Amino acid sequence: MSEATASKIPVTVLTGYLGAGKTTLLNRILSENHGKKYAVIVNEFGEIGIDNDLIIGADEEVFEMNNGCICCTVRGDLVRIMDGLMKRKGKFDAIIVETTGLADPAPVAQTFFVDEDVQKNARLDAVVTVADAKWLSDRLKDAPEAKNQIAFADVIVLNKTDLVTKPELAEVEARIRGINPYAKLHRTERCSVALADVLDRGAFDLDRILDIEPDFLEADDHDHDHDHHHHHDHHHHDHSHGLKHYHDEDMQSLSLKTDKPLDPNVFMPWLQNLVQVEGGKILRSKGILAFHDDDDRYVFQGVHMMLEGNHQRKWKEGEPRESRLVFIGRELPEKAIREGFESCIVS
Amino acid sequence: MKEFTPAPDSASIVSVTDKVKPVTLGMGVTSVHFLGPRAAFVGGEENVAFVDAKGEITTVAVHSGGILSTASDGKRLVMGGDDGKVVSLDAKGEVALLATDPKRRWIDAVALHADGAFAWSAGKTATVKSGKNDEKSLEVPSTVGGLAFAPKGLRLAIAHYNGATLWFPNMEGSAEFLPWAGSHLGVTFSPDNKFLVTSMHEAALHGWRLADNRHMRMTGYPGRVRSMSWSAGGKGLATSGADTVIIWPFGSKDGPMGKEPAMLAPLQARVSVVACHPKNDILAAGYSDGTVLMVRMEDGAEILVRRNGTPPVAALAWNAKGSLLAFADENGDGGLLEL
Repeated sequence: MSEATASKIPVTVLTGYLGAGKTTLLNRILSENHGKKYAVIVNEFGEIGIDNDLIIGADEEVFEMNNGCICCTVRGDLVRIMDGLMKRKGKFDAIIVETTGLADPAPVAQTFFVDEDVQKNARLDAVVTVADAKWLSDRLKDAPEAKNQIAFADVIVLNKTDLVTKPELAEVEARIRGINPYAKLHRTERCSVALADVLDRGAFDLDRILDIEPDFLEADDHDHDHDHHHHHDHHHHDHSHGLKHYHDEDMQSLSLKTDKPLDPNVFMPWLQNLVQVEGGKILRSKGILAFHDDDDRYVFQGVHMMLEGNHQRKWKEGEPRESRLVFIGRELPEKAIREGFESCIVS
Repeated sequence: MKEFTPAPDSASIVSVTDKVKPVTLGMGVTSVHFLGPRAAFVGGEENVAFVDAKGEITTVAVHSGGILSTASDGKRLVMGGDDGKVVSLDAKGEVALLATDPKRRWIDAVALHADGAFAWSAGKTATVKSGKNDEKSLEVPSTVGGLAFAPKGLRLAIAHYNGATLWFPNMEGSAEFLPWAGSHLGVTFSPDNKFLVTSMHEAALHGWRLADNRHMRMTGYPGRVRSMSWSAGGKGLATSGADTVIIWPFGSKDGPMGKEPAMLAPLQARVSVVACHPKNDILAAGYSDGTVLMVRMEDGAEILVRRNGTPPVAALAWNAKGSLLAFADENGDGGLLEL
């Protein structure tokens, strides 16, 4: 992490559908003996009662930026609260923003991209989504907000696992993975997750966009049901093990990969144009890129139409110079994206 | 080996840095106002520090928490805090509690009228207290960004999302909505009561000519405008937000419509705060690199008051006579200059 990044106050966004256990997790974070002080921005006062922390009530006021982009929405109340909090710098170590159960996380995240003053003082650390193991599958069918929260997450706390059977748990996990295979997933009862797994994740830190491999491919430490039954006609490409694979009807992730170098003069305009045109559908994007005639890795990330990117470091000796991109979004035009990406490869 | 170092304040700019009485406050500072002969530096939290002509500092506790908003009429300060309280502080250092939000919400904005009436906001509600009258409240569609009293009559401007609301608190049903898309954070009336100007979340100002609500867009800033100050006589509105002081002309009946602003005192740093002299066409400007300049508005001639190399200048004010200038950076290092 760069020094400039390190001195900024980390902000964790806590989302989750109604009743999933956000407040339980928040109370756990605040009551644990970690020696840190948090400023907590909540929508409802009174549910948490911890001394020594700053609790601020928020109104979730979203407004559109006047830049002609309808998905460039920011949380005006957060801009104001961050302004006020910065007068008390040194009185807290980190900020947690709890959203309402029906909130879209995008405006919160975008606030940290577009507001100059917020950006100067704070950095978005991660979007943590608490999900209810018993009811999430249903909510994914009838509540678009719940789906957004899963799609947007860097960390998913799958809570109340004691209330479901093993097959039910496998089912809900598979549904989550059908939407977002990249988030770190933790199964919990009463949100008992290690704080290190939800705080200080650096998920938006360009220097830490390393693991854009699907989480369940690498960290596969749970039991499998070895049930090869597919619930959907679409076939997933990576069914190397026994989890059921769901293809969510409208929210997917799309991963692109090549070991051939990309032409930055073609790729950059293509990516810019893609998020301009399809930014409403693309919730999150990330990439590590190997450009032609360039010894530095280029990394980028985005939320809807907003992108930020930078040369990160030199490719290491022997490190495969692969480019990898991930998009998570709704009704992604997969064919067009794949073709566009192919056209950026230096032949 | 000899190194060539240019003379500190080279002949190209007149400097009065040696005439400044340094002030070290040891606290984060957000604004400064003169109360009688003393400068009152408002801290980021809890305290206000009075500094007298000798440079002596007296600290007064005003809030138990962050101080979010401050207004002054030269006789007293009215402040709103994250403790949910509206507090006043007079020139003698007396603190009075003016109001408490029943839900202890943050007091985001305050305003002070020349006749002693004051206003504050918490969330979407703006409240006015005038003399012995009861408090009057108005709820606007979204959180209040800023408040300002009109120079004539008891009329309050309330900046919020997608516009501003003008309200005569003593007249039922008098709220008038001036729409303009976006988030409006600061608000000010021109001293002649003809124009209303808001500073927006985006890097722009918006204005309305009050006679016909005609719009005035003032754009082109690289950063958000956080400081606005009317020139003596109200013919110009000086603003921060660019690497020069931007002064919009309000001398004619059309205001700045169709006109270019004056751009004075360019530096390799962003203007962070501006304060126009109360009597002459001179302004003081503080920059993001710590520089403070005095600028003659007629020809842009500059005088260096403070050199660069510190955090941004956060506080800048003249006394009512225009004989004293006070300033401080975000960390509370500042000074007093007697002219």
